[in-house]
Amino acid sequence: MFLKKISLFNFKNYSEAQFDFSEDINCFSGNNGVGKTNLLDAIHYLSFCKSYFNSTDYLNIRHGSDFFILQGDFVNESKEETIYCSASINQRKIFKKNKKEYSRLSEHIGLFPSVVISPEDTNLIHEGSRARRKFLDSVISQFNKTYLENLINYNKALEQRDALLKNFAESGKFDLSSLLIWNKPLIENGDEIYQKRKEFLKIFIPVFQKYFKIISGGAEPVSLDYQSGLNQNSLQTLLDETIIADRNAQRTTSGIHKDDLIFKLGGHPLKTIGSQGQQKSFIIAMKLAQFECIKEIKKFCPILLLDDIFDKLDHNRINSLMNLVSTHHFGQIFITNTEEKKIREIFKKIKIDLKLFKIGENKNET
Amino acid sequence: MELPSKHITEAVEQLATLPGIGRKTALRLALHLLKQNKDEVERFAGSFINMRNKIQFCRSCHNISDNEICSICNNPKRNKKFICVVEDMRDVIAIENTRQFFGIYHVLGGIISPVDGIGPSDLNIDSLVEKVQKGEVNEIVLALSTTMEGDTTNYYLFKRLKEFNISISTIARGVAVGDDLEYTDELTLGKSILNRIPYENSFVKS
Repeated sequence: MFLKKISLFNFKNYSEAQFDFSEDINCFSGNNGVGKTNLLDAIHYLSFCKSYFNSTDYLNIRHGSDFFILQGDFVNESKEETIYCSASINQRKIFKKNKKEYSRLSEHIGLFPSVVISPEDTNLIHEGSRARRKFLDSVISQFNKTYLENLINYNKALEQRDALLKNFAESGKFDLSSLLIWNKPLIENGDEIYQKRKEFLKIFIPVFQKYFKIISGGAEPVSLDYQSGLNQNSLQTLLDETIIADRNAQRTTSGIHKDDLIFKLGGHPLKTIGSQGQQKSFIIAMKLAQFECIKEIKKFCPILLLDDIFDKLDHNRINSLMNLVSTHHFGQIFITNTEEKKIREIFKKIKIDLKLFKIGENKNET
Repeated sequence: MELPSKHITEAVEQLATLPGIGRKTALRLALHLLKQNKDEVERFAGSFINMRNKIQFCRSCHNISDNEICSICNNPKRNKKFICVVEDMRDVIAIENTRQFFGIYHVLGGIISPVDGIGPSDLNIDSLVEKVQKGEVNEIVLALSTTMEGDTTNYYLFKRLKEFNISISTIARGVAVGDDLEYTDELTLGKSILNRIPYENSFVKS
Protein backbone atom coordinates (compact mmCIF):
# COMPACT_ATOMS: atom_id res chain seq x y z
CA MET A 1 0.00 0.00 0.00
CA PHE A 2 1.36 3.46 -0.82
CA LEU A 3 0.25 7.03 -1.45
CA LYS A 4 0.75 7.95 -5.08
CA LYS A 5 -0.48 11.49 -5.13
CA ILE A 6 -1.86 14.09 -2.78
CA SER A 7 -3.54 17.42 -3.40
CA LEU A 8 -4.14 20.03 -0.76
CA PHE A 9 -6.49 23.00 -0.87
CA ASN A 10 -6.48 25.57 1.95
CA PHE A 11 -4.85 23.06 4.30
CA LYS A 12 -2.79 24.84 6.97
CA ASN A 13 -0.29 27.08 5.10
CA TYR A 14 -0.99 25.57 1.67
CA SER A 15 -3.40 27.44 -0.57
CA GLU A 16 -3.19 24.92 -3.38
CA ALA A 17 -0.59 22.22 -3.97
CA GLN A 18 -0.12 18.82 -5.54
CA PHE A 19 2.59 16.20 -5.09
CA ASP A 20 3.36 12.92 -6.86
CA PHE A 21 5.20 10.54 -4.58
CA SER A 22 7.65 7.71 -4.97
CA GLU A 23 6.70 4.28 -3.74
CA ASP A 24 9.86 4.22 -1.61
CA ILE A 25 11.50 7.16 0.09
CA ASN A 26 10.22 10.74 -0.21
CA CYS A 27 11.95 13.64 1.41
CA PHE A 28 10.68 17.17 2.05
CA SER A 29 13.34 19.81 2.58
CA GLY A 30 13.09 23.53 3.12
CA ASN A 31 13.48 26.25 5.72
CA ASN A 32 11.58 26.55 8.98
CA GLY A 33 7.93 27.33 8.58
CA VAL A 34 7.52 26.47 4.89
CA GLY A 35 5.14 23.60 5.62
CA LYS A 36 7.14 20.35 5.66
CA THR A 37 5.44 19.03 8.76
CA ASN A 38 2.06 20.27 7.52
CA LEU A 39 2.48 18.08 4.48
CA LEU A 40 3.18 15.07 6.71
CA ASP A 41 0.15 16.00 8.75
CA ALA A 42 -2.00 16.05 5.61
CA ILE A 43 -0.95 12.44 4.97
CA HIS A 44 -1.70 11.59 8.59
CA TYR A 45 -5.10 13.23 8.21
CA LEU A 46 -5.97 11.03 5.25
CA SER A 47 -4.90 8.01 7.26
CA PHE A 48 -6.59 8.72 10.62
CA CYS A 49 -9.27 11.30 9.75
CA LYS A 50 -7.57 13.76 12.07
CA SER A 51 -4.48 15.85 12.54
CA TYR A 52 -1.55 14.53 14.56
CA PHE A 53 -1.23 17.93 16.24
CA ASN A 54 -4.59 19.78 16.38
CA SER A 55 -7.56 17.85 17.60
CA THR A 56 -9.92 20.59 16.43
CA ASP A 57 -10.58 20.30 12.70
CA TYR A 58 -11.06 23.94 11.86
CA LEU A 59 -7.60 24.80 13.21
CA ASN A 60 -6.22 23.03 10.12
CA ILE A 61 -7.96 25.44 7.75
CA ARG A 62 -5.72 28.09 6.19
CA HIS A 63 -6.12 31.50 7.80
CA GLY A 64 -8.78 33.53 6.05
CA SER A 65 -10.59 30.62 4.37
CA ASP A 66 -13.50 28.65 5.72
CA PHE A 67 -12.81 25.12 4.48
CA PHE A 68 -10.05 22.79 3.34
CA ILE A 69 -9.94 19.83 0.96
CA LEU A 70 -7.46 16.98 0.90
CA GLN A 71 -7.39 14.32 -1.73
CA GLY A 72 -5.08 11.32 -1.83
CA ASP A 73 -4.66 8.56 -4.40
CA PHE A 74 -3.58 5.38 -2.63
CA VAL A 75 -2.51 2.23 -4.40
CA ASN A 76 -3.41 -1.00 -2.67
CA GLU A 77 -2.41 -4.25 -4.39
CA SER A 78 -2.32 -2.46 -7.75
CA LYS A 79 -5.83 -1.11 -7.21
CA GLU A 80 -6.14 2.67 -7.04
CA GLU A 81 -8.36 4.21 -4.39
CA THR A 82 -9.14 7.90 -4.08
CA ILE A 83 -9.74 9.32 -0.65
CA TYR A 84 -11.42 12.70 -0.46
CA CYS A 85 -11.72 14.72 2.69
CA SER A 86 -13.17 18.13 3.34
CA ALA A 87 -13.77 20.06 6.52
CA SER A 88 -15.24 23.48 6.99
CA ILE A 89 -15.90 25.83 9.87
CA ASN A 90 -19.63 25.23 10.06
CA GLN A 91 -20.17 21.74 8.71
CA ARG A 92 -19.07 18.29 9.77
CA LYS A 93 -16.13 16.82 7.94
CA ILE A 94 -16.74 14.57 5.00
CA PHE A 95 -14.67 11.51 4.05
CA LYS A 96 -15.21 9.72 0.77
CA LYS A 97 -13.60 6.67 -0.75
CA ASN A 98 -13.92 6.54 -4.54
CA LYS A 99 -16.59 9.26 -4.37
CA LYS A 100 -18.74 7.31 -1.92
CA GLU A 101 -19.13 8.84 1.52
CA TYR A 102 -18.41 6.70 4.60
CA SER A 103 -21.32 6.39 6.97
CA ARG A 104 -18.86 6.14 9.87
CA LEU A 105 -15.28 7.41 10.02
CA SER A 106 -14.28 4.24 11.87
CA GLU A 107 -14.83 2.37 8.60
CA HIS A 108 -11.95 4.34 7.11
CA ILE A 109 -9.46 4.29 9.97
CA GLY A 110 -7.17 1.31 9.53
CA LEU A 111 -7.54 0.96 5.74
CA PHE A 112 -4.46 3.10 5.06
CA PRO A 113 -2.56 2.97 8.34
CA SER A 114 0.45 5.13 9.11
CA VAL A 115 2.95 5.60 11.92
CA VAL A 116 4.34 9.04 12.80
CA ILE A 117 7.64 9.69 14.52
CA SER A 118 7.77 13.32 15.54
CA PRO A 119 9.75 15.47 18.02
CA GLU A 120 6.49 15.84 19.98
CA ASP A 121 6.64 12.16 20.86
CA THR A 122 9.08 12.86 23.69
CA ASN A 123 5.97 13.82 25.67
CA LEU A 124 5.65 10.06 26.18
CA ILE A 125 8.72 10.36 28.40
CA HIS A 126 8.05 13.67 30.10
CA GLU A 127 4.30 13.79 30.57
CA GLY A 128 2.23 11.86 33.06
CA SER A 129 1.25 8.22 32.84
CA ARG A 130 -1.88 9.10 30.82
CA ALA A 131 0.22 9.68 27.66
CA ARG A 132 1.86 6.25 27.99
CA ARG A 133 -1.44 4.47 28.63
CA LYS A 134 -2.88 6.24 25.60
CA PHE A 135 -0.03 4.96 23.44
CA LEU A 136 -0.50 1.41 24.72
CA ASP A 137 -4.30 1.56 24.34
CA SER A 138 -4.22 2.99 20.84
CA VAL A 139 -1.83 0.28 19.60
CA ILE A 140 -3.82 -2.58 21.16
CA SER A 141 -7.24 -1.27 20.12
CA GLN A 142 -6.06 -1.06 16.53
CA PHE A 143 -6.28 -4.83 16.23
CA ASN A 144 -8.48 -5.82 19.14
CA LYS A 145 -12.05 -4.49 19.04
CA THR A 146 -12.98 -6.28 22.26
CA TYR A 147 -10.16 -4.45 24.04
CA LEU A 148 -11.57 -1.13 22.86
CA GLU A 149 -15.03 -2.12 24.07
CA ASN A 150 -13.61 -3.14 27.46
CA LEU A 151 -11.79 0.16 27.68
CA ILE A 152 -14.90 2.21 26.85
CA ASN A 153 -16.99 0.31 29.40
CA TYR A 154 -14.29 0.56 32.05
CA ASN A 155 -14.05 4.32 31.60
CA LYS A 156 -17.84 4.71 31.72
CA ALA A 157 -18.06 2.70 34.94
CA LEU A 158 -15.18 4.73 36.37
CA GLU A 159 -16.95 7.96 35.51
CA GLN A 160 -20.14 6.71 37.21
CA ARG A 161 -18.29 5.53 40.31
CA ASP A 162 -16.40 8.82 40.58
CA ALA A 163 -19.65 10.78 40.18
CA LEU A 164 -21.17 8.71 42.97
CA LEU A 165 -18.19 9.34 45.27
CA LYS A 166 -18.57 13.05 44.59
CA ASN A 167 -22.32 12.86 45.34
CA PHE A 168 -21.53 11.17 48.67
CA ALA A 169 -19.15 13.95 49.60
CA GLU A 170 -21.60 16.68 48.63
CA SER A 171 -24.65 15.18 50.30
CA GLY A 172 -22.81 13.78 53.30
CA LYS A 173 -24.56 10.44 52.80
CA PHE A 174 -22.62 7.27 52.14
CA ASP A 175 -24.22 4.13 50.75
CA LEU A 176 -21.77 1.27 50.43
CA SER A 177 -24.05 -1.04 48.45
CA SER A 178 -24.63 1.45 45.64
CA LEU A 179 -20.87 2.06 45.46
CA LEU A 180 -20.05 -1.64 45.30
CA ILE A 181 -22.23 -2.36 42.27
CA TRP A 182 -19.83 -0.29 40.15
CA ASN A 183 -16.96 -2.55 41.15
CA LYS A 184 -18.43 -5.30 39.00
CA PRO A 185 -18.06 -3.58 35.59
CA LEU A 186 -14.67 -2.21 36.70
CA ILE A 187 -13.43 -5.70 37.59
CA GLU A 188 -14.94 -7.47 34.57
CA ASN A 189 -13.45 -5.01 32.10
CA GLY A 190 -10.33 -4.12 34.10
CA ASP A 191 -9.17 -7.75 34.39
CA GLU A 192 -9.46 -8.20 30.62
CA ILE A 193 -7.59 -4.96 29.95
CA TYR A 194 -4.79 -5.93 32.35
CA GLN A 195 -4.39 -9.37 30.76
CA LYS A 196 -4.38 -7.94 27.22
CA ARG A 197 -1.83 -5.27 28.13
CA LYS A 198 0.43 -7.88 29.69
CA GLU A 199 0.12 -10.25 26.73
CA PHE A 200 0.73 -7.47 24.24
CA LEU A 201 3.84 -6.19 26.04
CA LYS A 202 5.29 -9.70 26.09
CA ILE A 203 5.37 -9.55 22.29
CA PHE A 204 6.08 -5.83 21.98
CA ILE A 205 9.08 -5.48 24.30
CA PRO A 206 11.48 -7.85 22.44
CA VAL A 207 10.67 -6.10 19.13
CA PHE A 208 11.28 -2.74 20.75
CA GLN A 209 14.59 -3.93 22.22
CA LYS A 210 15.67 -5.28 18.84
CA TYR A 211 15.15 -1.90 17.20
CA PHE A 212 16.81 0.03 19.97
CA LYS A 213 19.85 -2.23 19.66
CA ILE A 214 20.05 -1.61 15.91
CA ILE A 215 19.80 2.18 16.27
CA SER A 216 22.16 2.55 19.21
CA GLY A 217 24.65 -0.11 18.11
CA GLY A 218 23.83 -2.20 21.16
CA ALA A 219 25.42 0.18 23.64
CA GLU A 220 22.75 0.31 26.34
CA PRO A 221 20.22 -2.27 27.57
CA VAL A 222 16.67 -0.88 27.65
CA SER A 223 13.41 -2.07 29.14
CA LEU A 224 9.74 -1.18 29.47
CA ASP A 225 8.33 -2.17 32.86
CA TYR A 226 4.59 -2.56 33.10
CA GLN A 227 3.57 -1.08 36.42
CA SER A 228 0.12 -1.99 37.66
CA GLY A 229 -1.54 -2.54 40.99
CA LEU A 230 -2.85 -5.75 39.47
CA ASN A 231 0.67 -7.17 39.33
CA GLN A 232 0.40 -7.85 43.08
CA ASN A 233 -3.31 -7.99 43.86
CA SER A 234 -6.60 -8.69 42.16
CA LEU A 235 -8.64 -5.64 41.25
CA GLN A 236 -11.28 -6.85 43.71
CA THR A 237 -8.78 -6.68 46.58
CA LEU A 238 -7.46 -3.32 45.43
CA LEU A 239 -10.93 -1.77 45.27
CA ASP A 240 -11.82 -3.20 48.68
CA GLU A 241 -8.62 -1.85 50.21
CA THR A 242 -8.97 1.67 48.86
CA ILE A 243 -12.60 2.41 49.77
CA ILE A 244 -11.60 4.90 52.48
CA ALA A 245 -8.99 6.54 50.25
CA ASP A 246 -11.56 6.73 47.45
CA ARG A 247 -14.06 8.44 49.73
CA ASN A 248 -11.49 11.02 50.78
CA ALA A 249 -10.24 11.66 47.27
CA GLN A 250 -13.80 11.60 45.82
CA ARG A 251 -12.56 9.42 42.99
CA THR A 252 -11.42 5.86 42.39
CA THR A 253 -7.76 5.65 43.38
CA SER A 254 -6.91 2.13 42.24
CA GLY A 255 -7.38 0.24 39.01
CA ILE A 256 -5.96 -0.07 35.53
CA HIS A 257 -6.48 3.66 34.94
CA LYS A 258 -3.45 4.11 37.21
CA ASP A 259 -1.18 1.75 35.23
CA ASP A 260 2.08 3.06 33.84
CA LEU A 261 4.98 2.03 31.67
CA ILE A 262 8.37 2.73 33.18
CA PHE A 263 11.04 3.47 30.59
CA LYS A 264 14.45 2.28 31.70
CA LEU A 265 17.92 2.70 30.30
CA GLY A 266 20.60 0.46 31.77
CA GLY A 267 18.29 -0.20 34.72
CA HIS A 268 17.76 3.51 35.51
CA PRO A 269 14.82 5.77 34.66
CA LEU A 270 15.21 7.17 31.16
CA LYS A 271 13.55 10.43 32.12
CA THR A 272 16.35 11.44 34.49
CA ILE A 273 19.49 9.81 33.14
CA GLY A 274 18.86 9.60 29.38
CA SER A 275 20.45 12.20 27.08
CA GLN A 276 18.21 13.83 24.48
CA GLY A 277 19.65 11.58 21.80
CA GLN A 278 19.09 8.47 23.91
CA GLN A 279 15.53 9.53 24.68
CA LYS A 280 14.85 10.12 21.03
CA SER A 281 16.34 6.73 20.07
CA PHE A 282 14.11 5.13 22.70
CA ILE A 283 10.97 6.69 21.26
CA ILE A 284 11.96 5.82 17.70
CA ALA A 285 12.47 2.19 18.69
CA MET A 286 9.01 2.17 20.30
CA LYS A 287 7.38 3.62 17.21
CA LEU A 288 9.17 1.18 14.91
CA ALA A 289 7.98 -1.67 17.11
CA GLN A 290 4.45 -0.28 16.77
CA PHE A 291 5.02 -0.23 13.01
CA GLU A 292 6.00 -3.89 13.06
CA CYS A 293 2.93 -4.82 15.11
CA ILE A 294 0.60 -3.16 12.60
CA LYS A 295 2.48 -4.74 9.71
CA GLU A 296 2.14 -8.16 11.33
CA ILE A 297 -1.64 -7.76 11.68
CA LYS A 298 -2.42 -6.01 8.40
CA LYS A 299 0.02 -8.11 6.35
CA PHE A 300 1.22 -4.93 4.64
CA CYS A 301 3.37 -1.94 5.59
CA PRO A 302 1.82 1.19 7.06
CA ILE A 303 3.15 4.50 5.73
CA LEU A 304 6.04 5.76 7.83
CA LEU A 305 6.09 9.51 8.52
CA LEU A 306 9.39 10.75 9.95
CA ASP A 307 9.29 14.34 11.12
CA ASP A 308 12.67 15.95 11.78
CA ILE A 309 14.12 12.57 12.63
CA PHE A 310 17.81 13.49 12.38
CA ASP A 311 17.63 16.20 14.98
CA LYS A 312 19.55 15.34 18.19
CA LEU A 313 20.89 12.02 16.84
CA ASP A 314 24.60 11.45 16.19
CA HIS A 315 26.00 10.34 12.82
CA ASN A 316 26.25 6.69 13.72
CA ARG A 317 22.65 6.54 14.87
CA ILE A 318 21.37 8.40 11.83
CA ASN A 319 23.22 6.02 9.52
CA SER A 320 22.06 2.86 11.25
CA LEU A 321 18.50 4.21 11.40
CA MET A 322 18.41 5.08 7.69
CA ASN A 323 20.05 1.80 6.84
CA LEU A 324 17.36 0.05 8.83
CA VAL A 325 14.37 1.84 7.34
CA SER A 326 15.61 1.56 3.78
CA THR A 327 16.64 -2.10 3.82
CA HIS A 328 14.19 -3.52 6.30
CA HIS A 329 11.11 -3.52 4.10
CA PHE A 330 9.50 -0.50 5.64
CA GLY A 331 7.44 0.33 2.58
CA GLN A 332 6.74 3.95 1.74
CA ILE A 333 8.53 6.56 3.84
CA PHE A 334 8.22 10.32 4.15
CA ILE A 335 11.02 12.31 5.77
CA THR A 336 11.28 16.01 6.58
CA ASN A 337 14.56 17.86 7.03
CA THR A 338 15.76 21.45 6.82
CA GLU A 339 19.00 20.70 4.96
CA GLU A 340 18.80 19.23 1.54
CA LYS A 341 22.56 18.62 1.42
CA LYS A 342 22.59 16.56 4.60
CA ILE A 343 19.84 14.31 3.28
CA ARG A 344 21.57 13.76 -0.04
CA GLU A 345 24.81 12.84 1.75
CA ILE A 346 23.16 10.35 4.07
CA PHE A 347 21.38 8.56 1.28
CA LYS A 348 24.36 8.69 -1.04
CA LYS A 349 26.43 6.97 1.61
CA ILE A 350 23.96 4.10 1.96
CA LYS A 351 23.23 4.03 -1.79
CA ILE A 352 19.48 4.41 -1.61
CA ASP A 353 17.43 6.37 -4.12
CA LEU A 354 15.07 9.00 -2.90
CA LYS A 355 12.67 11.51 -4.32
CA LEU A 356 13.39 14.97 -2.99
CA PHE A 357 10.84 17.75 -2.75
CA LYS A 358 12.02 21.29 -2.09
CA ILE A 359 9.24 22.96 -0.19
CA GLY A 360 9.47 26.70 -0.62
CA GLU A 361 7.40 29.69 -1.55
CA ASN A 362 6.14 28.00 -4.68
CA LYS A 363 4.26 25.03 -3.25
CA ASN A 364 4.03 23.06 -6.48
CA GLU A 365 7.74 22.56 -6.89
CA THR A 366 8.94 18.99 -7.01
CA MET B 1 -39.16 37.76 15.71
CA GLU B 2 -41.65 40.62 15.98
CA LEU B 3 -45.30 39.43 15.73
CA PRO B 4 -48.38 41.62 15.20
CA SER B 5 -50.35 40.11 18.08
CA LYS B 6 -49.33 39.34 21.64
CA HIS B 7 -51.72 36.35 21.65
CA ILE B 8 -49.86 34.80 18.77
CA THR B 9 -46.56 35.57 20.46
CA GLU B 10 -47.77 33.76 23.57
CA ALA B 11 -48.93 30.72 21.56
CA VAL B 12 -45.67 30.58 19.62
CA GLU B 13 -43.64 30.75 22.81
CA GLN B 14 -45.64 27.89 24.31
CA LEU B 15 -45.35 25.69 21.22
CA ALA B 16 -41.62 26.35 21.06
CA THR B 17 -41.19 24.75 24.50
CA LEU B 18 -41.93 21.35 22.93
CA PRO B 19 -38.93 19.15 22.07
CA GLY B 20 -37.81 19.45 18.44
CA ILE B 21 -39.86 22.59 17.77
CA GLY B 22 -38.13 25.87 17.02
CA ARG B 23 -39.68 29.31 16.76
CA LYS B 24 -40.29 29.13 13.02
CA THR B 25 -42.09 25.79 13.21
CA ALA B 26 -44.00 27.07 16.21
CA LEU B 27 -45.23 30.04 14.19
CA ARG B 28 -46.30 27.76 11.34
CA LEU B 29 -48.28 25.58 13.76
CA ALA B 30 -49.88 28.59 15.44
CA LEU B 31 -50.98 30.03 12.09
CA HIS B 32 -52.38 26.64 11.12
CA LEU B 33 -54.45 26.51 14.30
CA LEU B 34 -55.69 30.03 13.59
CA LYS B 35 -57.16 28.83 10.32
CA GLN B 36 -59.19 26.07 11.98
CA ASN B 37 -62.68 26.24 13.50
CA LYS B 38 -62.89 27.40 17.09
CA ASP B 39 -64.35 24.14 18.42
CA GLU B 40 -61.75 22.09 16.59
CA VAL B 41 -59.02 24.04 18.33
CA GLU B 42 -60.79 23.71 21.63
CA ARG B 43 -60.96 19.96 21.27
CA PHE B 44 -57.28 19.94 20.30
CA ALA B 45 -56.17 21.98 23.31
CA GLY B 46 -58.56 20.21 25.65
CA SER B 47 -57.06 16.84 24.87
CA PHE B 48 -53.73 17.90 26.42
CA ILE B 49 -55.36 19.26 29.54
CA ASN B 50 -57.36 16.07 29.85
CA MET B 51 -54.29 13.93 29.36
CA ARG B 52 -52.29 15.79 31.97
CA ASN B 53 -55.12 15.80 34.53
CA LYS B 54 -56.52 12.32 34.14
CA ILE B 55 -53.54 10.09 33.54
CA GLN B 56 -52.00 8.45 36.54
CA PHE B 57 -49.32 5.90 37.22
CA CYS B 58 -50.37 2.33 37.91
CA ARG B 59 -50.01 1.58 41.62
CA SER B 60 -48.73 -1.87 40.88
CA CYS B 61 -46.34 -1.51 37.95
CA HIS B 62 -45.84 2.30 37.64
CA ASN B 63 -46.83 2.24 33.98
CA ILE B 64 -48.96 5.05 32.61
CA SER B 65 -52.61 4.24 33.19
CA ASP B 66 -56.16 5.59 33.08
CA ASN B 67 -57.07 3.98 36.37
CA GLU B 68 -55.39 3.24 39.66
CA ILE B 69 -54.41 -0.15 38.28
CA CYS B 70 -53.44 -0.30 34.61
CA SER B 71 -55.19 -2.45 32.04
CA ILE B 72 -52.33 -4.95 31.87
CA CYS B 73 -52.16 -5.52 35.62
CA ASN B 74 -55.97 -5.72 35.69
CA ASN B 75 -56.21 -8.30 32.92
CA PRO B 76 -57.20 -11.67 34.49
CA LYS B 77 -55.53 -13.54 31.64
CA ARG B 78 -52.04 -12.20 32.52
CA ASN B 79 -49.78 -14.17 34.78
CA LYS B 80 -49.27 -11.94 37.83
CA LYS B 81 -46.43 -14.10 39.13
CA PHE B 82 -44.25 -13.42 36.11
CA ILE B 83 -42.75 -9.89 36.04
CA CYS B 84 -40.79 -8.18 33.28
CA VAL B 85 -38.66 -5.29 34.56
CA VAL B 86 -38.22 -2.40 32.08
CA GLU B 87 -36.77 1.09 32.07
CA ASP B 88 -39.78 3.13 30.92
CA MET B 89 -43.23 2.87 29.31
CA ARG B 90 -41.82 2.89 25.77
CA ASP B 91 -40.25 -0.49 26.53
CA VAL B 92 -43.65 -1.77 27.68
CA ILE B 93 -45.13 -0.79 24.31
CA ALA B 94 -42.23 -2.44 22.46
CA ILE B 95 -42.57 -5.72 24.36
CA GLU B 96 -46.38 -5.68 24.13
CA ASN B 97 -46.04 -5.43 20.35
CA THR B 98 -44.08 -8.71 20.29
CA ARG B 99 -47.16 -10.57 21.69
CA GLN B 100 -44.71 -12.98 23.32
CA PHE B 101 -45.08 -11.92 26.93
CA PHE B 102 -48.08 -12.73 29.08
CA GLY B 103 -46.93 -11.71 32.50
CA ILE B 104 -47.06 -8.19 33.94
CA TYR B 105 -44.52 -5.36 33.90
CA HIS B 106 -42.59 -3.32 36.39
CA VAL B 107 -41.46 0.10 35.17
CA LEU B 108 -38.33 1.35 36.95
CA GLY B 109 -38.50 4.87 35.55
CA GLY B 110 -34.84 4.93 34.48
CA ILE B 111 -31.53 3.18 35.14
CA ILE B 112 -28.89 3.80 37.78
CA SER B 113 -26.52 6.53 36.61
CA PRO B 114 -24.77 8.68 39.22
CA VAL B 115 -23.45 10.95 36.44
CA ASP B 116 -27.06 11.98 35.78
CA GLY B 117 -27.78 12.06 39.49
CA ILE B 118 -29.91 8.90 39.44
CA GLY B 119 -29.36 6.47 42.30
CA PRO B 120 -31.30 3.33 43.27
CA SER B 121 -33.59 5.34 45.57
CA ASP B 122 -34.75 7.49 42.63
CA LEU B 123 -36.15 4.42 40.87
CA ASN B 124 -39.17 2.21 41.56
CA ILE B 125 -37.06 -0.56 43.08
CA ASP B 126 -38.39 -0.84 46.64
CA SER B 127 -41.92 -1.58 45.44
CA LEU B 128 -40.55 -4.45 43.31
CA VAL B 129 -38.64 -5.91 46.26
CA GLU B 130 -41.80 -5.57 48.37
CA LYS B 131 -43.82 -7.53 45.83
CA VAL B 132 -41.25 -10.31 45.83
CA GLN B 133 -41.07 -10.28 49.63
CA LYS B 134 -44.83 -10.84 49.84
CA GLY B 135 -44.36 -13.96 47.73
CA GLU B 136 -46.40 -12.56 44.86
CA VAL B 137 -43.74 -13.41 42.28
CA ASN B 138 -42.30 -16.62 40.82
CA GLU B 139 -40.15 -15.33 38.01
CA ILE B 140 -38.51 -12.06 36.99
CA VAL B 141 -37.04 -11.25 33.59
CA LEU B 142 -34.79 -8.19 33.45
CA ALA B 143 -35.29 -6.36 30.13
CA LEU B 144 -33.03 -3.32 30.44
CA SER B 145 -30.73 -1.73 27.84
CA THR B 146 -27.67 -3.81 27.04
CA THR B 147 -25.32 -0.98 28.02
CA MET B 148 -22.83 -0.97 30.87
CA GLU B 149 -25.28 1.10 32.97
CA GLY B 150 -28.12 -1.30 32.12
CA ASP B 151 -25.99 -4.27 33.15
CA THR B 152 -25.02 -2.57 36.39
CA THR B 153 -28.68 -1.88 37.20
CA ASN B 154 -29.41 -5.55 36.47
CA TYR B 155 -26.64 -6.48 38.88
CA TYR B 156 -28.06 -4.20 41.60
CA LEU B 157 -31.54 -5.72 41.18
CA PHE B 158 -30.07 -9.21 41.24
CA LYS B 159 -28.26 -8.45 44.50
CA ARG B 160 -31.47 -7.19 46.08
CA LEU B 161 -33.55 -10.12 44.85
CA LYS B 162 -31.26 -13.16 44.96
CA GLU B 163 -32.08 -14.07 48.59
CA PHE B 164 -35.67 -14.82 47.61
CA ASN B 165 -36.58 -18.12 46.08
CA ILE B 166 -37.50 -16.93 42.58
CA SER B 167 -36.00 -17.42 39.17
CA ILE B 168 -34.27 -14.34 37.71
CA SER B 169 -33.24 -14.08 34.06
CA THR B 170 -32.21 -11.39 31.55
CA ILE B 171 -33.27 -11.08 27.93
CA ALA B 172 -30.88 -12.87 25.54
CA ARG B 173 -28.12 -11.00 23.71
CA GLY B 174 -27.04 -12.13 20.27
CA VAL B 175 -27.59 -12.11 16.56
CA ALA B 176 -30.82 -10.44 15.46
CA VAL B 177 -33.43 -12.69 13.85
CA GLY B 178 -33.26 -12.68 10.05
CA ASP B 179 -29.76 -11.12 9.95
CA ASP B 180 -26.85 -12.27 7.83
CA LEU B 181 -23.91 -13.23 10.01
CA GLU B 182 -21.43 -11.27 7.91
CA TYR B 183 -23.24 -8.01 8.68
CA THR B 184 -23.44 -8.61 12.42
CA ASP B 185 -21.04 -6.49 14.45
CA GLU B 186 -18.09 -8.37 15.94
CA LEU B 187 -19.00 -7.82 19.57
CA THR B 188 -22.55 -9.11 19.24
CA LEU B 189 -21.41 -12.09 17.18
CA GLY B 190 -18.67 -12.86 19.72
CA LYS B 191 -21.19 -12.70 22.58
CA SER B 192 -23.63 -14.97 20.77
CA ILE B 193 -20.92 -17.60 20.35
CA LEU B 194 -19.97 -17.38 24.02
CA ASN B 195 -23.65 -17.56 25.04
CA ARG B 196 -24.67 -20.24 22.52
CA ILE B 197 -27.86 -22.19 23.24
CA PRO B 198 -28.62 -25.91 22.88
CA TYR B 199 -30.16 -26.64 19.49
CA GLU B 200 -33.33 -28.15 20.97
CA ASN B 201 -34.09 -24.80 22.63
CA SER B 202 -33.54 -22.79 19.48
CA PHE B 203 -36.96 -23.36 17.90
CA VAL B 204 -39.00 -20.20 18.21
CA LYS B 205 -42.34 -20.88 19.81
CA SER B 206 -44.86 -18.75 18.05
